[in-house]
Amino acid sequence: MSVVTIAGVTKTFKSGNVTALENIDLELEAGEFVSLIGPSGCGKSTLLRLIGDLVEPTAGRVTVNGKTAHQARLDRDYGVVFQDSVLFDWRTVSKNIALPLELLGWDRDRRRERVRKMLELVELTGFENHHPWQLSGGMQQRVSIARALSFEPALLLMDEPFGALDEMTRERLNLELLAIWQQLRSTVVFVTHSISEAVFLSSRVVVMSPRPGRIAGLVPIDLAYPRTVETREDPHFFELVTQVRELLRLRGEHLLPEEEAVVR
Amino acid sequence: MAQVVAARPLAGRASVPLSRAARRIATGVLVVVLLLGLWELYRLIWSSAGWSWPFVVDKTSMPHIWTIAKAFADPAQVNQPALGTVLLHKAFFTGKEAVVGFAIGAVVGFALAVGLVHSRLAQRGLLPYIVASQTVPILVIAPMVVVWVNPKLPPSLQGWGAVAVIAAYLTFFPVAINALRGLQAVDARALDLMRSYAAGRWTILWKLRVPASLPYVFTAFKIAATASVVGAIIGELPSGLQSGLGGAIINFNQYYSIEPQELWATNVVAAALGILFYLVVVGVEKLVVQRAPEQAA
Repeated sequence: MSVVTIAGVTKTFKSGNVTALENIDLELEAGEFVSLIGPSGCGKSTLLRLIGDLVEPTAGRVTVNGKTAHQARLDRDYGVVFQDSVLFDWRTVSKNIALPLELLGWDRDRRRERVRKMLELVELTGFENHHPWQLSGGMQQRVSIARALSFEPALLLMDEPFGALDEMTRERLNLELLAIWQQLRSTVVFVTHSISEAVFLSSRVVVMSPRPGRIAGLVPIDLAYPRTVETREDPHFFELVTQVRELLRLRGEHLLPEEEAVVR
Repeated sequence: MAQVVAARPLAGRASVPLSRAARRIATGVLVVVLLLGLWELYRLIWSSAGWSWPFVVDKTSMPHIWTIAKAFADPAQVNQPALGTVLLHKAFFTGKEAVVGFAIGAVVGFALAVGLVHSRLAQRGLLPYIVASQTVPILVIAPMVVVWVNPKLPPSLQGWGAVAVIAAYLTFFPVAINALRGLQAVDARALDLMRSYAAGRWTILWKLRVPASLPYVFTAFKIAATASVVGAIIGELPSGLQSGLGGAIINFNQYYSIEPQELWATNVVAAALGILFYLVVVGVEKLVVQRAPEQAA
């Protein structure tokens, strides 16, 4: 069953007449972990925001769980995680995680119970009364993930969630995210510009090319779950990384050198 | 589940140790003593050298500190309580006007900001007039407010109620401008996040904009706290009220050449009232505003 159907979607921004995305067709299956990867300006974040109804398509249709993306947003089908954790400074860790639950009108006991579970899930038990500024960047992002998952949304949208973290923290959080995903079995759309991160996490990688943003190719990742530290040393992992890199290079020949550097 | 690096919960924000509080008070006292000493030193040098620039120093232009201090204990008029007692009552009266004025100004200012943040049209149309309202001197506005407001007030509010409105006129402005800024200074991602939860504009206002604006609002409250005292004192002048500090200032002004220490004593009380208001706001801010220590003012 497809959770997200993107049909003929084009997005043009009024300012400067930039075509961010052109004629995108994509289907996401339930329980998939899909990464969107591509150089800066390929529209991967815009595509994520279109799925989440944070921007509207200029043409085409986005369907989520058989509804319009707009209806899906009103039905609270989305959990969103951004590059910065966007935690509210004036709320404690617990209250940050409980924010969507408050908006859903959950009573206090039900909220407390769920927050306790989420803290366990992201291994932050004991930090419930801390304020965001007392946490490291990695911990803040774990709180952000807990908040996004707290109300069990059908779809988890992650926009370069680990982009601002150091390599070691990022790799650890990759493992944790996979563990959480396997536990909850939700559908994840994950934007990144790290090829190895995309391959390591995903069941499918969507490679995009810029100006205008298009889908350059789909790479199914047939590495077995659960993936571990050893997965990164598997020869097949490297083959897949190479496959993604070549798709990026093939479609990105006209890129400026500095933009290629971003692709890594 | 991957191994999490052992990270013990951080200790909560440590309360200010007593010794630090004591040191802060000691510093405050020291500064006051130093300033009083400078006053007397300046007096001594200028009067013994006989310098007349920028003004001649004598017991009228700069009364001794102890003369001013003694004025609090002496009755200002025959058969009346000590000036200190009289001024305390007047300060209470003016303080009442200022508190009510501050409250009205804060509510009106904040409501304006909430209205303006939700309507670009209102912002463009109203903001210039809000700014213009403050370029009109309060001394021009005050008599009009007294004439307009007083007749409509119940007997218990007669007189001082109009003064509170004048104080509010001075306080709503900084609150409106700063609150507007605070309500707008919301991270675009945070707005996206709220929208992803299908939050409406009122939910966004209460859960996001208002708490995010509090540091700005309290900056405005600090300005408004002192402005409300000034507004109350000035408001008393055209009202002809004798019960407050404004009335006392007018009164003691007339006797300045004979008994300058009484006006000075009134000044000290007015300043103390303003500082007290300010400190109350700072105290409330510490209780209410939760933010990263490095951002704290």
